[in-house]
Amino acid sequence: MTIPDTSEKWASSINEVTIGATAEDGGTRTSTVTLGGAKALPFLSFEGSPGRPTAIAVEIWDGGAEAWPDQLKDAYGDVLSSPGEWAKKAVEFGAEMICLRLMSAHPDAGDRSPEQCAETVKEVLQAVGVPLIVWGCGVDEKDNETLPAVSAAAKGENCLLGTAREKNYRTLVAVCQADKHKLLAESPLDINIAKQVNILCTDAGFPLEDMVVFPTTGALGYGIEYVYSIQERGRLAGLGGDKLLAQPVLCDVGYEAWRAKEAKAPPFACVTDETRNEWGIMWEAATAAVLLQSGVELLVLRHPKAIEYIKQTLARFTQAAPA
Amino acid sequence: MYVIGERINGMFADVKEAIQAKDASVIQDLAKRQLAAGARALDVNSGPATSDAQGALLWMAEAIREVTDAPIVIDTAKWDVMQAVIPNVAGEKLINSTKADPEAAMEYIALAAANNAGLIGLTIDADGVPGNIDKRVELGAQLIAVASDIGLPMDHLFIDPVILPVNVSPNNPDHCLQAIGQLRSFADPPPHLVLGLSNVSQRCANRSLINRTYVTMAIAHGLDAAIMDPLDTELMDAVFTAELLMGRMVYCDSYLQAARQTKN
Repeated sequence: MTIPDTSEKWASSINEVTIGATAEDGGTRTSTVTLGGAKALPFLSFEGSPGRPTAIAVEIWDGGAEAWPDQLKDAYGDVLSSPGEWAKKAVEFGAEMICLRLMSAHPDAGDRSPEQCAETVKEVLQAVGVPLIVWGCGVDEKDNETLPAVSAAAKGENCLLGTAREKNYRTLVAVCQADKHKLLAESPLDINIAKQVNILCTDAGFPLEDMVVFPTTGALGYGIEYVYSIQERGRLAGLGGDKLLAQPVLCDVGYEAWRAKEAKAPPFACVTDETRNEWGIMWEAATAAVLLQSGVELLVLRHPKAIEYIKQTLARFTQAAPA
Repeated sequence: MYVIGERINGMFADVKEAIQAKDASVIQDLAKRQLAAGARALDVNSGPATSDAQGALLWMAEAIREVTDAPIVIDTAKWDVMQAVIPNVAGEKLINSTKADPEAAMEYIALAAANNAGLIGLTIDADGVPGNIDKRVELGAQLIAVASDIGLPMDHLFIDPVILPVNVSPNNPDHCLQAIGQLRSFADPPPHLVLGLSNVSQRCANRSLINRTYVTMAIAHGLDAAIMDPLDTELMDAVFTAELLMGRMVYCDSYLQAARQTKN
């Protein structure tokens, strides 16, 4: 008796997007990262090509890291006050990309000028050779001043700049287009808005093929099931042929996981002094490991042990089954 | 929805004149406009424009290939013309159409299989268009059976339950809907279900309204292809909205625009 082939056949695939430019392409990066290309759901390689492996970016801040939990401060030591040194350390820890968050551009957290932000971006670009994600502070008016300066300072480096949102995308679309960067499009855990932001950016002239999407991440215990199902639904539509949902997906895991109280000071009776410091790492790794299964091209992480754990997990998930 | 644009047909004055004057630009313009409006394939029929259907069809297919790789649907009722034209159409193509009588169907399905072409099969036999649902389903099943025997993949087979004008045959539109639903569940994977949509409103008032109302009803019953006018914007919008409501598309506020931009 023959066993029927029940594998799913997909009509389409996830876009491939390359971040970073080497000297050959007019940049100064020593490596680039290509995301996407999946022709099937994650880790179901018998149904189609899994595409490029999930890339790991490590998050650094341009200031304000003194508020980070001790477990992270201990891991990075005194580099946290210097974005360039911090980026180098992150690369040592296995970062394939650096995700620079311009926290101190925020009007309530330093209000650094666009010029100062651009200087920080240059400092990081000089310190490391991996491609760069630059993330604004999230305040529309300030981002619309900061990101053009950042974009110009990093011209030619083919960075991923974010974020474009439903109510604020025109400025970022224009500068990314002018300076040839890739665009990170954000939506608030809402697949309809995710699609809408993409079409708005396309209408404004930005190519769909050069976009990465950030559907908003929630940590384990903080809405991860919503994140999972929205990402999965987007992935199914994208593989099914919806070109507006076929962009590589970024998950902001470190930022969200370390906001959880369980990560910083686990409120459980069973926590001992030996295990207390492991909670944050496990919270971060578990959040990433769960989300990976909905289809994620780019993970932004923080703790070196979480990075190591996720790299092992990815290797295990993608290893060929024994014959 | 697999929209097959119906406008390149010698029945229309502009196409007829273009065929007679060998003016490829008219054909190419119609091809591009229909695809831009959301058509996935292009029906090509020389109609009453010339007695040399074979020459006209090949000329039009070549003209279209200069501007697009989209599937070309060769539309003629003459077997000798179909047989001569199909092997000479470059790229993706469909045969429009065969009847369901086993002898005819076998020849056409073999021609489709040999040329890696799609095939539209009508639920018509020597007795004509069936007057009831059951006979339509029976003829459709017959087409599925022959296609399976000869090895034409189900995604290459388009079954057309034959829509007649509502003013002539008032029960026919409902018969087609029921037949679509039944044929859809007849094979797994199912064949495509297609209609020559505009026929439902031949010589009627409110043609566009009848077409778009009927297409949404048919989509709800499982229609996934139609030969229709993609340049009728309201009709296309009704198709996109019906697909949205059937869960075949993710909503966004600009879903119409999204569908128009990315459906081809």
